[in-house]
Amino acid sequence: MSWLETHPVLFAGLLKSAALLLMLLMVVGYMAWFERKLVAHIQSRWGPYRVGPHGLLQPIADALKFLFKEDMTPAGVDRFVYYLAPFLSLALAVVSIALIPFGPGTISVLGQRSPLVIADLSIGVLALFAITSLGVYGVALAGWSSNSKYPLLGGLRSSAQMLSYELAMSFSVIGVLLVAGSLNLRSIVESQSGTWLGFIPRWYVFPQLVGFAGYIIAAIAETNRLPFDLPEAETELVGGFHTEYSSFKFAAFFMAEYANMVTVSCLATILFFGGWLGPSFGPTWLQAVLPTVWFLAKVFVFLFAYVWIRGTLPRFRYDQLMAFGWKFLLPLAIANLLVTSLIIALRAS
Amino acid sequence: MSIQLALFLIFGGLAVTAAISLILQRQPIHSAISLIVVMVSLAALYLLLAAEFIAAVQIIVYAGAIMVLFVFVIMLLNAGQEERTNLSRMARYVGLPLGTVLTGELAYWIYRATPEEALVDPNHFIGRTELIGRDLFREYVLPFELTSILILIAILGAVVLTKKEL
Repeated sequence: MSWLETHPVLFAGLLKSAALLLMLLMVVGYMAWFERKLVAHIQSRWGPYRVGPHGLLQPIADALKFLFKEDMTPAGVDRFVYYLAPFLSLALAVVSIALIPFGPGTISVLGQRSPLVIADLSIGVLALFAITSLGVYGVALAGWSSNSKYPLLGGLRSSAQMLSYELAMSFSVIGVLLVAGSLNLRSIVESQSGTWLGFIPRWYVFPQLVGFAGYIIAAIAETNRLPFDLPEAETELVGGFHTEYSSFKFAAFFMAEYANMVTVSCLATILFFGGWLGPSFGPTWLQAVLPTVWFLAKVFVFLFAYVWIRGTLPRFRYDQLMAFGWKFLLPLAIANLLVTSLIIALRAS
Repeated sequence: MSIQLALFLIFGGLAVTAAISLILQRQPIHSAISLIVVMVSLAALYLLLAAEFIAAVQIIVYAGAIMVLFVFVIMLLNAGQEERTNLSRMARYVGLPLGTVLTGELAYWIYRATPEEALVDPNHFIGRTELIGRDLFREYVLPFELTSILILIAILGAVVLTKKEL
């Protein structure tokens, strides 16, 4: 008897993981293309146009370039940590996507009905935060191990920034967890089904508007994106933590950043915008596919907003960033938490 | 060998190895990384005991927050390599044997006190997040609040000590 027959669940999981990984890498590549294109149009340029129609083959060209570039290791780096950092970043970014459910249905893998999620944990939100909270080490250790001024400054900034905004992010989300009464991503989505007054969907973005605002701001800071990209700030720090990285190790940081953006957008969709919930119509096959389509469409809106914000806002100054996080965002999130729990307690009694 | 036992041996071994490496490393950052590995392996061990909430919090608080501060401080102070010292005669002839005896004793008593089927069966994994919340805010609400006040005082003390003029 082969392993395939004795451990069908294990192999179904492996197959799903491989498929998801492949899709994630495709999304990451085309997200970079989309960003370049959109930012170019915001700035009245064309963006990538030469490689394929509308530059559609640009991501593949970029990937090949990264693979064939010379892989340099500067003198005086701490070799172990220098090599560890980019792959730690990438591994954590990729692992976190495994917790995201993409729809309510199941797919057939190796003859097994298998849900559209790799790990459906009862502590889904917490596990996701646990994984993202480790992401800071990739950046911080890269900055330290490069043995160079600018990366060290970038690494220092990132560890302070991520620690500060992680607090605000977690506190903003607790409001939703209180209302939903669960940490499981699937049941959080399901608790948002139905409508108010017949036409307003019961998404948590409406009762938890403050929480959503706090989450999305903190999430942009957590993923090191403009206007909070202080750890890599090209104009001040050359490239920040990844200055001394070249070739595939740089690509690992790059992919990790985009994969994190996708995860954060997925989580925003699940927590605040009803995940895969949406109008269902048409024949049976369409009804089976629609939830995932809604989910991906909502995620796309967030990814668009990411690029839109990057294209329109200038970078924060470092002291502004810290003051904003600690003196405004965190108190706001705590106030939101207090009001939410007060209302829930009053309703319950 | 069951999967639980295999996982226990893997993560337990990892925790012990990383803890030894924490002491032996000469570069402070390497020690910090070893400590992070210890924290994460401990979280995995908590998961094997079906304490999923504790496991997640262990990673978020210890590995994700406190250790980031450690790394931050090491980077900020740019702490260099430590000098290796030879063990003093006292440490070598009294410390090592006594330490070994103490470890053995602890291991023996923990082994005796552990029930046979302590590890959780992965097919019957019961989450306990709700129970922890309920206990914390009903039964143990006074100690919980007292602890938080204690921590608050510690934070205030740190701020007062570092800021000369407020």
